[in-house]
Amino acid sequence: MNLTPQQAMRATVAVPGVPRDEDGPVFREPWEARAFAMALALHEAGVFTWKEWAETLGAQIKRAQADGDPDTGETYYQHWLATLETLVAAKGVATSDLLHRYRDAWDHAAERTPHGAPIELTPRDFGR
Amino acid sequence: MSDHDHNRHGHHHHHGHDHSELSETELRVRALESILTEKGYVDPAALDVLIDLYEKKIGPRNGVRVVAKAWSDPAYRERLIKNATAAIAELDYSGRQGEHMVVVENTPEQHNMVVCTLCSCYPHPVLGLPPVWYKSAPYRSRAVADPRGVLKDFGVTLPETTKIRVWDSTAEVRYLVLPMRPEGTEGWSEEQLAELVTRDSMIGTGLPKQPSEIA
Repeated sequence: MNLTPQQAMRATVAVPGVPRDEDGPVFREPWEARAFAMALALHEAGVFTWKEWAETLGAQIKRAQADGDPDTGETYYQHWLATLETLVAAKGVATSDLLHRYRDAWDHAAERTPHGAPIELTPRDFGR
Repeated sequence: MSDHDHNRHGHHHHHGHDHSELSETELRVRALESILTEKGYVDPAALDVLIDLYEKKIGPRNGVRVVAKAWSDPAYRERLIKNATAAIAELDYSGRQGEHMVVVENTPEQHNMVVCTLCSCYPHPVLGLPPVWYKSAPYRSRAVADPRGVLKDFGVTLPETTKIRVWDSTAEVRYLVLPMRPEGTEGWSEEQLAELVTRDSMIGTGLPKQPSEIA
């Protein structure tokens, strides 16, 4: 499965608010690009349409604004990430329990990894 | 020979305090990616390819300006070395709060190279997104054990008399290498100099271009 700049470009057109320039999306940090690319991959796999995505993301941003998010663009990908989590749960790809388990496992992996070694997830990081 | 500078990480024997935890956001992103990969929705290699396309664009243009200015303005160079965070902020490239920048200057005696052995800390405000190799396990482990060998892989051979110092980034301290200004550039403007600055030269895995290369 390949992800192409054309797909990325279409996503920036289909989803309102994606920070972009004339060539496509722009990111402030690597995790933002990964979160963007994951949404692209799920869309390509047919998990959701961009219309569904935009609606869920829009609702997420609205909720955040109601909670006092300044909405200066810096938090855009935070909302994007929350949307990913919402939609994978809603579509039965991964429950929020599973997301939490993996989040905790990564936390454990980071904690047991001595400096100088890359952080990798292993079975022993689970089930604590 | 090389020095592995752990700086604020402390020393080898008290990892308990100095592992740099992943941020909450990074944990969630990694959790998603692991699950989606296991379930076959996502191919990490395909993610890397896409991200690679964008990395150059966000790219190191801010860092390029910092280096070119330091080359052409001795007073700025001095401020940059003394307090990189403030000197970089002068050019309006402020990082996120709490991100402390340190500039390490290459000299004939010492070449500097930057790595993040634990994760992939990188000075985003000045260098954009890190290249894929920067985040790869082989680079992260080999940069420390065999920096001269890594440089050779990048096509850089330094005189044996030049010491190589490896700087290990952390969540708190990010390093930017100030490469040596190439010879034969006397009287060049800042804009001309900027064309010689490459991303890799600011990570320390490369050298700036020579004037002949852009002629």
